[in-house]
Amino acid sequence: MIVPRKNLTFWERLYLPAIASGFKVTARHFRNTVFKGNTVANDLSGGFYPEKKWVVAEGYRGAPYLVKDPEGNTKCVSCQLCEFVCPPKAIKITPPGPAGTADRPNAEKMPKEFEINMLRCIFCGYCQEVCPEEAIFLQKDYSLNAESRQELIYNKEKLLELGGVHQDKIWKWKHKAEEAKEQTTFPVAK
Amino acid sequence: MSTQATTEQKPAPPPIEKIKIKVDGRDIEVPKAMPDWQGKLQPTTMLQACQIAGIDVPHYCYHPKLPIAGNCRMCLVEFGTPAMGPDRKPVLNPDGTSKILRSVLPYEPSTPRGAIACATPISPGMEIYPNSPATKVMREAVLESLLINHPLDCPICDQAGECKLQEYSVDYGKAGSRFIEPKVHKPKAVDLGPRIVLDDERCILCTRCIRFTKDVVGDDKLGVVNRGSYNSIAAYPGTTFDNNYTLNTVDICPVGALTSKDFRFKMRVWFLKETKSLCTSCGTGCNTIVGSREEVMYRYEPRENDAVNSTWMCDSGRLNYKWVNREDRLSKVQGSKLKVQSQEKAWSVAIRDISEILRKAAAGSVAFVASARQTNEELYLLKKLATKSNAITDSVPRIGEGDRLLLNADRNPNSTGSRLIGISGEKMGSNLSKIAEGIRSGSIKTLIVFGEDVTKHGIGADLLAKLENLIVSDILPNATTAAAHYLLPGCAHVEKRGSFVNVKGRVQRFMQALQPKGNARAEWEFLHELVFNVTGQNGYVTIEGLFNQMSKEVPAFNGVSWAGLGDAGVTIQI
Repeated sequence: MIVPRKNLTFWERLYLPAIASGFKVTARHFRNTVFKGNTVANDLSGGFYPEKKWVVAEGYRGAPYLVKDPEGNTKCVSCQLCEFVCPPKAIKITPPGPAGTADRPNAEKMPKEFEINMLRCIFCGYCQEVCPEEAIFLQKDYSLNAESRQELIYNKEKLLELGGVHQDKIWKWKHKAEEAKEQTTFPVAK
Repeated sequence: MSTQATTEQKPAPPPIEKIKIKVDGRDIEVPKAMPDWQGKLQPTTMLQACQIAGIDVPHYCYHPKLPIAGNCRMCLVEFGTPAMGPDRKPVLNPDGTSKILRSVLPYEPSTPRGAIACATPISPGMEIYPNSPATKVMREAVLESLLINHPLDCPICDQAGECKLQEYSVDYGKAGSRFIEPKVHKPKAVDLGPRIVLDDERCILCTRCIRFTKDVVGDDKLGVVNRGSYNSIAAYPGTTFDNNYTLNTVDICPVGALTSKDFRFKMRVWFLKETKSLCTSCGTGCNTIVGSREEVMYRYEPRENDAVNSTWMCDSGRLNYKWVNREDRLSKVQGSKLKVQSQEKAWSVAIRDISEILRKAAAGSVAFVASARQTNEELYLLKKLATKSNAITDSVPRIGEGDRLLLNADRNPNSTGSRLIGISGEKMGSNLSKIAEGIRSGSIKTLIVFGEDVTKHGIGADLLAKLENLIVSDILPNATTAAAHYLLPGCAHVEKRGSFVNVKGRVQRFMQALQPKGNARAEWEFLHELVFNVTGQNGYVTIEGLFNQMSKEVPAFNGVSWAGLGDAGVTIQI
């Protein structure tokens, strides 16, 4: 299909009026910015990135962090399924070994070290999906910056600090431990 | 596991009568009797018949090397037998085939009734239905029952990934649980013995561990205590489960009830690369599987070989691997006479210097102490060097205490190979004093030591100081490596390939699981270079070719080839 080009009118062919109307728009923005402090960015989201961070929607897949339960205990039990499923091999877990004991009640195992290489992470969410303990979640951080590569390998301490508290409703291990404790009163000598 | 690669000359067993049965709708012929766990002929069971037909029947308590208990009920299958008329003749269908009566409950003929395949012998004309709807329902019911009180703590269980309860639940179980009552809780992380942790909640009471320790080891220490849901495994009161074969119960435990203290929480099993290897702790040469990940060795597991170790291995051998991962492993070519700084050039300079020394050495002025922990191929190359310089050779004997099961008194893995190749004489170690005497008198000027600390075997540091040349290859530092003029870092058996001959003359090969540490090289590789430089004989640069060359030249190995060794090895005349 050939679209015939419309001929310009005499007014348009003058050229200078178009320049002038362009300057009018520029001048309006200049006036608004300098004297009223209004910008398009302010109008739409309250400021410019990176001073103003874009707020992501619910369900956004940002950086994966470890979470604690409401009692402040690490939820991860070092099952290493996330390490196994991670497509870019960003997760590295050091299991506790025979001597390692958990510094929390309930489940007897927890990771000695847990590292996520955020440079490798592709935010796919497999780790969150595979986790049987609801211990890792993709949260809302999308802009990770550092001055060296080493800084972007987050260790267990940092991941737990960034991850915050998960409002656990199941309390799997605590529930088990309490149930077991109740049964020790069963009238049978051990 | 292949066992066809054997040269054993056994009289053919008398032919066993075969009977015709039908498995899953297919006609097959199976022998009427088959060997049981001790090798005695017993009537063939339905489970064995299904295995012959190539159909897996799920099972927990049945183990081919243990007596049959029949308590887990997992192998229930529906079956049928030919109907017999009052005249004791088979009742025939109108089309001439014999009529089959399916097994049903006697008081409820519409309900199918299974039988445990592991303990039910087959009979002529029998039909087994391992995939029928009734069989599937039985399996679902058994699994549901086993899972009632199971804690489902797979995320913290070391067995996860090699757990039969996990596998069968996926393959044969129901998707969900109908059980809403609180589960019965039993003790967790019980200290059963010095090497074993017991989790009673996970136990499905198959009694494999009890039968193993009673019937195979002969140490009747385990039993089931308490009643009903509180049934649990325990050692006899006041004792601990501490014989030298306890870790085999971890292997045969189908669930995560018995786990190894050594391997506890170290690595998930699905990460482990499995390599066929051998145990090097004694002359038995148990077949093993090495589990490794990212150049770290995590565990040994026994590998089935009925000619050597059945499916077992001893705890002392199994736990003797930690030296492989040691931090102080030798990884650099060193030595007080080595005139080179960079490791890149060190090998070529060291090999050149040593070749020079050996070429110039007067006949009889060289002595070799080779280790009986070295492979046949390495000993063979060392023998070539020794023959060239007319050197005196020997190995160091290691004698411990043996037992009636697997542990041999000879703690060297390759004493037989050392003797067959001619490194050591009939009595190993008898030349060591001659070598010491030769150094003292000054007739021996060059000593080559492989994998031994000779200062502990009669050639002290004062004698080593008298030598003109001390050439040592080892994998861990010791007093001899410290005195070495040339120190060549070697490889552990898991870092190279090779073969051993066990005390009964079984030639077996092992594979490489890890890469050599640092600048270390497999001994046979640099020995091959030395042999070429010194004797001018060119050999093979692959382990296959080297072994086959050795089997042509060393009479005891005649007719054996590397490929022919297979996974199970070959028995030779010794």
